Amino acid sequence: MLKTFSIGGIHPAENKLSADSAIQVLPIPQMVSIPIAQHIGAPATPVVKKNDQVKVGQLIAKSSGFVSANIHSSVSGTVFKIDAIVDGTGFRRTAIIIKVDGDEWMEEIDRSEDLLKEITASKEEIIKKIADAGIVGLGGATFPAHVKLSVPPGKTAEVLIINAVECEPYLTSDHRVMLEKGDEVLVGTQILMKALDVKRAIVGIENNKPDAIAHLTKLAANYQGIEICPLKTQYPQGGEKQLIAATIKREVPSGALPIEVGAVVQNVGTSLAVYEAVQKNKPLIERVATITGKSLQNPSNWKFRIGTPVHDLIDAAGGLPEDTGKVIGGGPMMGKALSNLEVPLTKGSSGLLLLPREEAIRKDSKNCIRCGKCVSVCPMGLEPFLLMVLAEKKNYERLEKDAVMDCIECGSCSFTCPANRPLLDYIRLGKGRVGQIMRSRK
Amino acid sequence: MSIIVITILALCAIGVTSAIILYFVAQKFKVYEDPRIDEVEEALPAANCGGCGYPGCRGFAEALVKADNIDNFLCPVGGAPVMAHVGAILGHEVKAAEPTVAVVRCNGTCENRPKTNSYDGAASCSIAASLYGGETGCQFGCLGLGECVDACNFDAMYMDEETGLPVIDEDKCVSCGACVKACPNDIIELRKKGPKSRRIFVSCVNKDKGAVAKKACSVACIGCGKCVKECPFDAITLENNLAYIDYNKCRLCRKCVVVCPTHAIHELNFPPRKEKPVAADTKTVKPVVSPKAQTEAKTNDSKEETSDNK
Repeated sequence: MLKTFSIGGIHPAENKLSADSAIQVLPIPQMVSIPIAQHIGAPATPVVKKNDQVKVGQLIAKSSGFVSANIHSSVSGTVFKIDAIVDGTGFRRTAIIIKVDGDEWMEEIDRSEDLLKEITASKEEIIKKIADAGIVGLGGATFPAHVKLSVPPGKTAEVLIINAVECEPYLTSDHRVMLEKGDEVLVGTQILMKALDVKRAIVGIENNKPDAIAHLTKLAANYQGIEICPLKTQYPQGGEKQLIAATIKREVPSGALPIEVGAVVQNVGTSLAVYEAVQKNKPLIERVATITGKSLQNPSNWKFRIGTPVHDLIDAAGGLPEDTGKVIGGGPMMGKALSNLEVPLTKGSSGLLLLPREEAIRKDSKNCIRCGKCVSVCPMGLEPFLLMVLAEKKNYERLEKDAVMDCIECGSCSFTCPANRPLLDYIRLGKGRVGQIMRSRK
Repeated sequence: MSIIVITILALCAIGVTSAIILYFVAQKFKVYEDPRIDEVEEALPAANCGGCGYPGCRGFAEALVKADNIDNFLCPVGGAPVMAHVGAILGHEVKAAEPTVAVVRCNGTCENRPKTNSYDGAASCSIAASLYGGETGCQFGCLGLGECVDACNFDAMYMDEETGLPVIDEDKCVSCGACVKACPNDIIELRKKGPKSRRIFVSCVNKDKGAVAKKACSVACIGCGKCVKECPFDAITLENNLAYIDYNKCRLCRKCVVVCPTHAIHELNFPPRKEKPVAADTKTVKPVVSPKAQTEAKTNDSKEETSDNK
């Protein structure tokens, strides 16, 4: 019996079209737009001006608080302008636009492919290097990694969980990273273990990736304290709280962080980025993303420089298919439709999904038939049908009482609703308002 | 037979005793309520719209009775006559408040503001606004999903299908402010109704730089500041690339309307202009400026006009 979380969950069609396609390197574009807010928390403060010369890996925007992250130039060239552009969030926000000229890297970055297994940095040095490198959670939520690693006083981390679940349908970037950079990922895991002072790490992988499980299990024999844990293919297995429940059978209390139960969760991509930052001095300037879609000529995985426009990636994979209805940044369950194809790919871009028109259109919403399917699939044990009505009626007190803030926005409720009700749309709205109210109370 | 009599008598006795007990209990636990609350509530329109900021007319009546001074209270539905009536009941003098009306400050019709993408999410402006900048290049303007219309309790609004914008029926609008609260982009504003319903306002809320705003919408305020310079009454301010007309200072001279290069400033309910609108305007309104300034303004205007003609 495979491990999984105990309540709710769904199993959408996996559609991992690009699983066999090796990671390719996307050519450097002529112009990159690097948003200063690519993470959760305060936007970074630009430290370059118009017409400044920058190199690959140079700091261009400085973290402006504890929960914030540094931003580095992903290309070498000249700062063309610092201006507001529409980014992947759909809003016009500040970005540093750089005109590319050659590919000159900062000297301290080690660009060799050699595997450096020995960890010489101390705990503090590791956390500092991770913060300096601007590493954020690469699973999609983009929470600054150094914040998670700084365990608050009074709490102790007991176990590190590496999230290699990749439960979103279509996406395969983490899968390919595990197959091609397995050793780097495991060294990265050991670095994270040292930073947290834990002796045990669990890598959770869904069992729809048997090759990755086999590969990592073989490699993990050479590393101390790392277990590979195959998990049932069930969405949202990769949700932080679900993963903790599945791997170590502990439930994170409502409103608390995983550290409350002694766990710290990091994505497998983050682990690779940590390896590169600590062992190779390379800041987070590139990552791997999947481009996929049923009508796309060549669903594939690409390593791209942060700030590359979305259409470059689409062109590399064979161009935009005729019948495209929506281009989604991220996976089909939690991703967000993009409003234009000029938006830059950022630290949080784990994939691009091109949905054909007939799949993209939302069906008309009908009345709730009280079937209770949304309640039975909710992995957080909430009542989505009720939360939706409360949000619609602006009953924020009741929403707060009914734990709307526990919603992880996985979309299982909307996916399963036979009446096509926009459950998550309203819940997300209510969650935003309740969040505002709770913050204003402090 | 006797059973029936006994039953009736017993029931009567229980009834009388209970009534006596209830009477004393009611006396003991009596809650005093100011009788004026009922009176004031009677005087209010009973729309229970919440436009005054209190929970329904009863809540408003309670607040009115409690207050020492009711100058800052206004029932938007009843307006001045109702407030005068309430004042008479409570023995306060009431200054007549200027009537206001809701104004939609966006002219981003399908023609003026082309769509760059299409939204098919839940039909709610709040949701659309929380997700992204909207279907056009302008992320400040009307989203066109009609949340304001849904909020209106007085049937004073409808969505114009041709323009995709909400339209306010001035005669029905009671200025309760429900639409103002409903709009997530703060497009709707309560503005002074003006004499004969004549008003001038900037029909745009775009705070982007001029070039960006203009690219997104042909009638956007580009923050050029021409109207600010033109206004003889300092009624117009420019902030974040957006002009705003203070309706308390505006004297409805309509000079700004003429100079606006993007026609973002709208005039409502004015009679059609004569051939030389500038001269006509300075005659009809009597600005409180020195005659010298007036002539200067005139010459400037005529210069503008001629340069336009070229």
